[in-house]
Amino acid sequence: MRREPPRTLTDYGPLFFPAAMLTIFFVVPFGTMIAVSFFQRQQGGFYTPAFVWSNYERFLSAFFANVLGFSLMLSIAVAICCLVLALPFTYLLTRMSRRAQVLWLVGLLSILSLSEVITGFAWSTLFSRTAGITNLLVAIGIMDSPRALTPSLGAVLTGMVYQAFPYTVLVLYPALVRLDPTLTEAARTLGASPLRAFFNVVVPALRNTIVATLIMVFIFALGSYLLPQILGRPQHWTLSVLITDQAIYQSNMPFAAAMAVFLVLVTLALVALTLFLGRKGEAA
Amino acid sequence: MNRILQRLYFTLIGIFLAAPLVVVAGVSVNERQSLTFPPKGFSVSWYGEIFSNPEWRNALFASVTLAALSAALAVAIALPLAWFAWRRIAPWTNVFQVLGIAPFTLPPVITALGLLTFWATTGFYGQPWTAVISHAIFFVTLPLVTLSLGFSSIDRSLVEAASTMGADDRTVFMTVIVPLILPYIVSGYAFAFVLSLNEYIVAYMTVGFTFETLPIKIFNALRYGYTPTMASVSVLFVAVSAAIFGLVAWFGDLPKLLGALSAEGK
Repeated sequence: MRREPPRTLTDYGPLFFPAAMLTIFFVVPFGTMIAVSFFQRQQGGFYTPAFVWSNYERFLSAFFANVLGFSLMLSIAVAICCLVLALPFTYLLTRMSRRAQVLWLVGLLSILSLSEVITGFAWSTLFSRTAGITNLLVAIGIMDSPRALTPSLGAVLTGMVYQAFPYTVLVLYPALVRLDPTLTEAARTLGASPLRAFFNVVVPALRNTIVATLIMVFIFALGSYLLPQILGRPQHWTLSVLITDQAIYQSNMPFAAAMAVFLVLVTLALVALTLFLGRKGEAA
Repeated sequence: MNRILQRLYFTLIGIFLAAPLVVVAGVSVNERQSLTFPPKGFSVSWYGEIFSNPEWRNALFASVTLAALSAALAVAIALPLAWFAWRRIAPWTNVFQVLGIAPFTLPPVITALGLLTFWATTGFYGQPWTAVISHAIFFVTLPLVTLSLGFSSIDRSLVEAASTMGADDRTVFMTVIVPLILPYIVSGYAFAFVLSLNEYIVAYMTVGFTFETLPIKIFNALRYGYTPTMASVSVLFVAVSAAIFGLVAWFGDLPKLLGALSAEGK
């Protein structure tokens, strides 16, 4: 069956259901959210149709700037930690036997799909006083008495790296699988040590992939919502937490929507940058 | 020397990845209602609690139902779309493919809030079925990507042979396409199912106040009283995810699937 353009209306038949579903339940809700972000908030949690900029004006406060700055910095930190851990890991993984690769991939996928609630709960247990890692340190004599390591910034960061690490590996995996093995072989025959070959040949060859991965992990980390709540203090809350807090607990839908629109713009700008880099990478 | 370093590196990463799960598994077999590790005593009663305590059982039932239905709906949306994109030359179908991938690429809170405003505006807020549609839209990316990969691996001459022999579109689809594409349908369904089972924020924003899925139940338990049941449910979830992905790997080509998934994610 050759591919041909659709001619009659029945040719379009298969498209009706998916197009309708995606339009009604994704495009329309998205539009609704943008509309609500301009609505006027009423006392008691209701809002009335209007066209006001006041929800966006609230961004100009120092509090908001702090939250935004913190969210961005936290996500950048997570992205860098994940990349540093995952790049050598994925590189070595792609050189292992197929069986070992599949085993690791199944494990990574299981952790990636794990609910943020469960990851948060697991790390809060691991960092707790009664069941935590400090008990182990006491047992081997490094510490005097067990103590709680959460809530703290370190705990939030660890939890988020844990959550994003499998994602980073899976993003890097296809690029590294396709990497020409003769590149490193050539470097090795010319006398480079494996480490040197990795840093002087593999890393430069993957420059665009690395930048694209950093951005994707950054976006992934921006979406983290429960871990800052479970493992951190209120000053560690990110934009995602704040949006939910405004929408559900402060019943300020217009402001929550305005923040969400802002987050979309930040994300889209980053996705565009990734695509741009990807294009440049292909051309090179 | 290098081999040892590599072993060490993989072991450390393995410990980092496994440590929280080991602790949770340990906590889940405590004899008393306390979250201590190493566990005091040994008891599997907290696993029984998932099924005997009506609150946990209802949450489990709600989660499984939601995941089964929403994954099915996601496949039902993705299959005709991927089929159409493969069968026809219509460049603007790309628009719908981008729409299918967008919810998964954006931070989840955005899709969640969009659906919350939508259901609130239309007056259906809190109805259990709205969660099914919300999850189906949120996870439609996964079957869409696996199915696009599946279609691209079909040899067009097979289909052409069938149609020269006189089979119409429908017959070709049922007798040639579906058998070839079935593994990709199953893996797309499996990905959507597992992720829906674990999803928190979309479910919470759309039906959180009327309907408790397991992740919502665990989060509420985190706030209002710890119990080892949370740990046993978590272990159950990890086991289920690992089993499902293991099956996908067993019957399909996992490295190839993942290559396609991440390439589309960009």
